[in-house]
Amino acid sequence: MDVTIPILILAIPLTMFLLLGIAGCKMSHRTAGILGCLGMGTVLVLAYYTAAQYFFSGNELFGADGVRLQHIVFNQTWLEFTPTMAIKLGFLLDPISAMMLVVITTISFMVHLYSMGYMRDHHGVYEHGFQRFYAFLSLFSFSMLGLVVATNIFQMYIFWELVGASSYLLIGFYYVKPSAVSASKKAFIVTRFADLGFLIGILILSYYVGNFDFMNLTSSPVASLAETFSVDIAAPQHIAQIFADNAAPVFMGGSVLTWALVLIFMGGMGKSAMMPLHIWLPDAMEGPTPVSALIHAATMVVAGVYLVARLFPLYLMEDTALVIITVVGAITALYAAMVACTQLDIKRVLAFSTISQIAFMMVSLGVARPEHHEALGYMASMFHLFTHAMFKALLFLCAGAIIHAIGSNDYTDMHGLRKYMPITHWTFLIGCLAIAGIIPFSGFFSKDEILSACLGYDWVAYVWMSLVAGLTAFYMFRLYFLIFWWKEHKIHEGHHAPHDQAWTMSLPLIILAAISCVAGFIPFGELVSWNGHPYDFMAHFDWSVAGISLAIAVAGIALAWVMYRRENALPEKFRNAVPALWTWCYHRFYWDELYMFITHKIIFGGICRPLAWFDRNIIDGTMDSFAAVTNKASEAIRPLQSGQIQMYVWYYLIGVLALAGICAACIL
Amino acid sequence: MESVGSLILYFIVALAMILFSVLAVTTRKILRAATYLLFTLFAAAVAYFMMDYEFLGAVQIAVYAGGIVVLFVFAILLTSKPGDNTERLTSRSRGLGLVAALATLGVVGYALFSRCELLTAAKPNMEALDMVTIGTTLMGSSHAQYLLPFEAVSVLLLACIIGGVVVARRR
Amino acid sequence: MFACGVYGFITRKNMIAMLVSLELMLNAVDINFVVFNRYLFPGAFEGMFFTLFAIAIAAAETALAIAIIINIFRAEKNIDVRNLDKMKF
Repeated sequence: MDVTIPILILAIPLTMFLLLGIAGCKMSHRTAGILGCLGMGTVLVLAYYTAAQYFFSGNELFGADGVRLQHIVFNQTWLEFTPTMAIKLGFLLDPISAMMLVVITTISFMVHLYSMGYMRDHHGVYEHGFQRFYAFLSLFSFSMLGLVVATNIFQMYIFWELVGASSYLLIGFYYVKPSAVSASKKAFIVTRFADLGFLIGILILSYYVGNFDFMNLTSSPVASLAETFSVDIAAPQHIAQIFADNAAPVFMGGSVLTWALVLIFMGGMGKSAMMPLHIWLPDAMEGPTPVSALIHAATMVVAGVYLVARLFPLYLMEDTALVIITVVGAITALYAAMVACTQLDIKRVLAFSTISQIAFMMVSLGVARPEHHEALGYMASMFHLFTHAMFKALLFLCAGAIIHAIGSNDYTDMHGLRKYMPITHWTFLIGCLAIAGIIPFSGFFSKDEILSACLGYDWVAYVWMSLVAGLTAFYMFRLYFLIFWWKEHKIHEGHHAPHDQAWTMSLPLIILAAISCVAGFIPFGELVSWNGHPYDFMAHFDWSVAGISLAIAVAGIALAWVMYRRENALPEKFRNAVPALWTWCYHRFYWDELYMFITHKIIFGGICRPLAWFDRNIIDGTMDSFAAVTNKASEAIRPLQSGQIQMYVWYYLIGVLALAGICAACIL
Repeated sequence: MESVGSLILYFIVALAMILFSVLAVTTRKILRAATYLLFTLFAAAVAYFMMDYEFLGAVQIAVYAGGIVVLFVFAILLTSKPGDNTERLTSRSRGLGLVAALATLGVVGYALFSRCELLTAAKPNMEALDMVTIGTTLMGSSHAQYLLPFEAVSVLLLACIIGGVVVARRR
Repeated sequence: MFACGVYGFITRKNMIAMLVSLELMLNAVDINFVVFNRYLFPGAFEGMFFTLFAIAIAAAETALAIAIIINIFRAEKNIDVRNLDKMKF
């Protein structure tokens, strides 16, 4: 395959970042925005072309006999440690990376377009730092694309950190707001902490395997074709054998391979906001809403899922690691769904919903086993990733439109907006139906597959996740009814009525809503599966599971209808019925406070303060006393240097005479 | 032993040198100090002539007497008003100066007189130094010839001219 | 003569007078060189040439010193060495 297009896919966003970052302040806001959109639009076209080539061209590099292969378009050595161990930068095309290319470029382009309208006030004046915003968006797109096409785990790590850095920059976009600054710091530090685990995991893995390449870890080369690989369970078995031969069998209750995989998963936990590293994501909503849609709903936060999916054959070798993933995901899903039911801030609800949905994907990966429906969970997870990216971006962009119209995040200020903002209303409704899993919207299909996968693994997981799915439907429609129904909208004195936004904001909503309506009918199993073999999902479609999940979703919606359609006292009663539960949920189970306690009281107070005291008084004191002695000594001898030449001559003469005296004494 | 005439001349020159140098550092009029310096330098030149170093004596007169002293005089005229006396020395500083001078004298004198036999030694014969020898010695580059120092000094003089111009230039 | 130079250098305040003393000391050393050369090593000329170079360097040094002195005089309106401690640090 020609390397021009893959290189352009990566190079255009990078060029845009440099161009807008360096020359942005020299151009008008409008030019910068249009330039950013054009660049991203080009990448969108190229990525669609590449994905279409991969999935549909029938080129034998990408698949033979219906099996989809992994193809390395290029792989350049970047940093060579030893001849066998080098860090390379390359471009890997396989089902999930092609799918991610589509997802990222679609959402990113929508967000670029949407921001043209969002990042200006009602009088059409662009916000301060508009060009910077587009530069950062381009940087993010570049890093995210680089992440998904990484050919080796170290390239992934590099772009992983770049993604984190651009996320930091975008959360802290309103850097004059203290809350945004602290949120960006929080996000960066928490994910950094998780990435430490990731790095250690990489190092353990590479220490034993001597290689970073995904192909080496999960696949074996196809004999007849250069640079093409097929996922082969023999490769991870070989890796596991290396560990079994060389590593100490048990370390703190787990094998070394388990430890490596769990540590790598820890990096994914940080990025994907799994418990207990989820605390940064709700605060990350301080960034501009398009950023939340792009980074904190659709793309960056699924990087953890993508990471696990990328190394999935390796995870299959260690059942313990998969069980850990399942448990973490399940707990997070329930926790986030419960918290989402009580939040007041519209973006926080969406943030917790995102956490919950990503946890769905994680659980799905965790329960995937080749022996159950050919690892249906893997495919379901990727499918849910795809559909979730679309409808969650849609929901966030709708939320952005509402916030833009109202000027507040709090939905006690909203209520009854359906008459004022019809486009937003309908697209938001579509998003909610999709996430709730109502047929025929996209979420139904992906969520249903996840539940099927759970059922194939264990009935506890199935019941648990079904409960979470019901909660999802409930809190999404609670949000929907509270924003658009509940009571008549109160227009404040001096404000004009809220209305739909300019076409740059409405168009992305409509496109994403359309995608959310039809994405479920994509034969995803044909395109993406864990080992490249097509999987006919509809042949395994289980109507009983589908019916039950549909019934649960409808029940959740009905509950929300009863409680929130009209202004009434039911929510109040409900809150009073279980005050403790409600308070705990509202305060997010006090996780932030727990972290504050650990960091402030234990780490800062218990460890850092004595260290600081030691540093300030002992180490600095020693150095200071050196300085003080020098200072005093120089003050003391300073009068000697009087500037009087004749005094110097005196000193000189005395010295000479003394020397002469000494010589004389020696001679005599 | 040399002739009585040259001995007498030697004493006259030596006495003049000492006398004028003492006067040069003790007189209170600065212009006079320069004049006494001039006489001292002349005496030194005469001493060089007596030792058959005619070229050196000529250089001494030309450079020192003709150049440096003239510079001194200019500088003095530029920096002080006519009839200006330097302030009277305090007895303390004079005493200290005397102590230093005498100490130095003691050391130098000891160094000289500890090799007393030199004082009475006859002047060895030496063929007169002609211009050709001096020239080749200055310009030659073999052993005991001085091309490199000569060049160094010429560069130094050049630097000195430039430096003098730069420093003294009116801003 | 050398001792005179030392005395003058230490006691005088006028910079030109100090320079005069300096010249005295230099001359004393020159004469020493020449005399030792003449009496101890009559065949060699090292002392004489040394003196020659010393005279050249002395001339250069004096010219520069006088330039500096005149400059200081312009700035300070006097050339008393005891007032010259401004450039100390």
